[in-house]
Amino acid sequence: MAQTVQGKGPSHIGIRLSNAAPASHQEEARSQAEEALFGFWVFLMSDLIIFSMLFVTYATMGHSLAGGPGPHELFDLSSAAWETVALLASSFTCGLATLAMRYDRSVKKTLFWFAITLLLGLAFLSLELHDFMTMAAKGGGPSRSGWLSASWALIGTHGLHVTSGCLWMLIMFAQTARFGLDPLVQTRFMRLALFWHFLDIVWIGIFSIVYLLGVLS
Amino acid sequence: MRHFLLGSLGYDALPFYSLIATFAASIVVLGALAVLVFVTWLKGWRALWSDWLTSVDHKKIGIMYVVVSFVMLARAVVEAVVMRSQQAVAYQNPGFIPPEHFAQLFTTHGTIMIFFMAMPFLIGIYNFVLPLQIGARDVSFPVMNSISLGLTSAGAVLLMISLCIGKFSTGGWTGYPPYTELSFSPGVGVDYWIWALTLSSVGNTMTGINFAVTIYKKRAPGMTLFRMPLFAWTALCISILMIFAMPPLTVATLMLAMDRYLDMHFFTNELGGNMMNYINMFWLFGHPEVYILILPAFGVYSETIATFSNKRLYGYTSLVWATVSIAVLSFTVWLHHFFTMGQDGNVNAVFGIATMLIAIPTGVKVYDWLLTMARGRIRVSVPMLYACAFMMLFVVGGATGVMLANPGFDYQVHNTLFLVAHFHNMLIPGLLFGMLSAYHYWFPKAFGFRLHEGWGRIVFGCWVGGFILAFMPLYIVGALGMPRRSQEFFEAVYRPYLWVALCGAFLVLGALVSMVIQLWTSIKNRKALAVPVGDPWNGRTLEWSIAAPPPEYNFALIPKIDCVDAFHEAKKHRDAWRAPEHYFDIELPSNTPVGFVCCVAGGVFGFALTWHIWWAVILGAAVFFGAIILRSFNRNTTYIVPASEIRENEERWLLTLRETAFIDNDAMFTTANNGLVKEPI
Repeated sequence: MAQTVQGKGPSHIGIRLSNAAPASHQEEARSQAEEALFGFWVFLMSDLIIFSMLFVTYATMGHSLAGGPGPHELFDLSSAAWETVALLASSFTCGLATLAMRYDRSVKKTLFWFAITLLLGLAFLSLELHDFMTMAAKGGGPSRSGWLSASWALIGTHGLHVTSGCLWMLIMFAQTARFGLDPLVQTRFMRLALFWHFLDIVWIGIFSIVYLLGVLS
Repeated sequence: MRHFLLGSLGYDALPFYSLIATFAASIVVLGALAVLVFVTWLKGWRALWSDWLTSVDHKKIGIMYVVVSFVMLARAVVEAVVMRSQQAVAYQNPGFIPPEHFAQLFTTHGTIMIFFMAMPFLIGIYNFVLPLQIGARDVSFPVMNSISLGLTSAGAVLLMISLCIGKFSTGGWTGYPPYTELSFSPGVGVDYWIWALTLSSVGNTMTGINFAVTIYKKRAPGMTLFRMPLFAWTALCISILMIFAMPPLTVATLMLAMDRYLDMHFFTNELGGNMMNYINMFWLFGHPEVYILILPAFGVYSETIATFSNKRLYGYTSLVWATVSIAVLSFTVWLHHFFTMGQDGNVNAVFGIATMLIAIPTGVKVYDWLLTMARGRIRVSVPMLYACAFMMLFVVGGATGVMLANPGFDYQVHNTLFLVAHFHNMLIPGLLFGMLSAYHYWFPKAFGFRLHEGWGRIVFGCWVGGFILAFMPLYIVGALGMPRRSQEFFEAVYRPYLWVALCGAFLVLGALVSMVIQLWTSIKNRKALAVPVGDPWNGRTLEWSIAAPPPEYNFALIPKIDCVDAFHEAKKHRDAWRAPEHYFDIELPSNTPVGFVCCVAGGVFGFALTWHIWWAVILGAAVFFGAIILRSFNRNTTYIVPASEIRENEERWLLTLRETAFIDNDAMFTTANNGLVKEPI
């Protein structure tokens, strides 16, 4: 049987790692990055199933108010709109951060934009927390009705994802401080960015289906 | 009664309420103690830690998965025998097991067999075989692999603990609400069930991701998807099924947990809960799960039938497409698990027809296997025996499946032993026989010596005979109307069938004992059974082209592939086992305790949630995530195997190979087999 030293597939078009290491090491790092990124895409697909289960549960429980308060009484559309603005803007700044990392290769700029992203993420979370507290104060806690259980679970799972995204960002700042923007840190930032954009897309679903449909219909 | 340190845990959790429960619990405790004493006696703690528990080598992780599965198999088979004994004496008689205990038995039996026997068994076999078959050095994410093993083991440990502390769920392996809600099942049983399943389903999702990425990214150069062995194809299909089908289970069990812990109303009877959401999500997982369990066995049979018929697999491409179609169709039939739960007749009809469609690709497979055997040089090995038994029995199970796919018929026999007979008829030949033959087939590759052939045949005879005796009568009593999960019954006509079934159960117990004897005898005679060259069955795929047991780096040089069954072609052209001209350093992932730490932390987390010990919940979660975060700061994650060491190792093996005589095909099952078999002309 013929034998080779190492197998190389076609390269992932989005990977552009900056590194001063010799070519063979760069090649190695790129193929590892490719595997990690592809694996992360697969994970996102799996995570999306979790959200789709939460969405269908929510959809089937639209009328399960059990005499409790409904979307008209509980949802504040302007607050939800501001949350949307914060999260969409954070996705934009996250994109700027990735561009700074991959094309400008500037640590300062990269960290600056990720820091803005983090702040916007925290702003989103505090608005959401405020919403939850208002809902609970109006008698719309998660144990009041099936519909409220489904809403809290759907919005809350997204919120938990954003929280873990924020923690991940903090960890990545620590890793950048420790290792600089080396290939491994870069691929981790790239996966974080994928995660962040993914949460944005899920939020668009939540805003349209839960908030807009709930308040406007 | 809540205590800060111990939550709701108290003396009444100990199993002294019943003699049988006390006995079972003491077996678990004594078994654990015996293992501890045995390891100490072997002075094996250091080796256990550094060679096994912290290892991220896919081969060792695979073996550990199979060990977990064997332990759980033993427990679940014993439970089955106890249940059969109860039913054999339960005619107008409460028997020796009270109803609540009986319900725990069928719940743990099902939960263990699906989640902690079948899943670890097949994941273990894939873990060991898959990278070798596609010419890879490891899976894509070795540390995640070890965390997956940790989570599954933590779930299995929770089940074992539930035997000693507290009681397990009585809600069946499917755990349908509203019965499993707090208002009907206030004890800790359902909580044990929820956390054991949640831990293992998260672990299995990660395994699915890992295997899929491995197959897409780590195949040897030249090995296109359509040059992969069929076993690797089934791995790809079940990985995709796991990626998409495990999350609904996770969501369903977590929603049930939210109902129970946070007073929410997803599936409750009151305040707008809807139990049908649970049932839909559970079977959105549950039906693909059936194929996660069965496709691996199809893969194994495709390998063993080709090898032991000494022929290329007949209709390779049709087998691939049949596998893929089954995987896709498996997402379209979940509703047939609850035809009787009130949907429109038209909805039932659509799902009934979709279900019957699955019989088509499955039929294609059976014909392909038969045609592979036709005019082959068949050697009646243990895996071949399993394959033949499977083809006959599985067709019976498939036929009853098509019967059940008709909603009208299903209404007649739902919740009877007919259904129990049907799914055991699918899963025992279609999963367990496949895995047992995989165990027999790849054991020499993993450990360097064959399993004892004679005892293998006894094990086979006991399993097949036991299965037929235990389950064929159940079709009849089921059709006569005996409900499943009955602790007592009042129809005299059921009795003789249940006695036959009991005989079958004892024969299965005999199979279990024979397996232990087979392993013991084989280890004792390992010198005579040794196959150091590594190709004892005249194999066709890459895993047989290396030494047995394989070196840690698998392949000194990654082979280049230009056809299906590349190793077989190479042997035919006298081009196999070529010594490489140059050797290179190989980088491999280093050991790490992360997987083990996650196992312990996950187990503590699940146990503490079950008993409401909140400080331990927080501790478990913090250690779990803390370990992973800390690991992400570790940059020293690989080690180099120097080229010189590889050269020495490989040359030693090649020398053994040259000194070994080729044996005839017929001598394959004798001690003359050193792992080098002549290609028949």
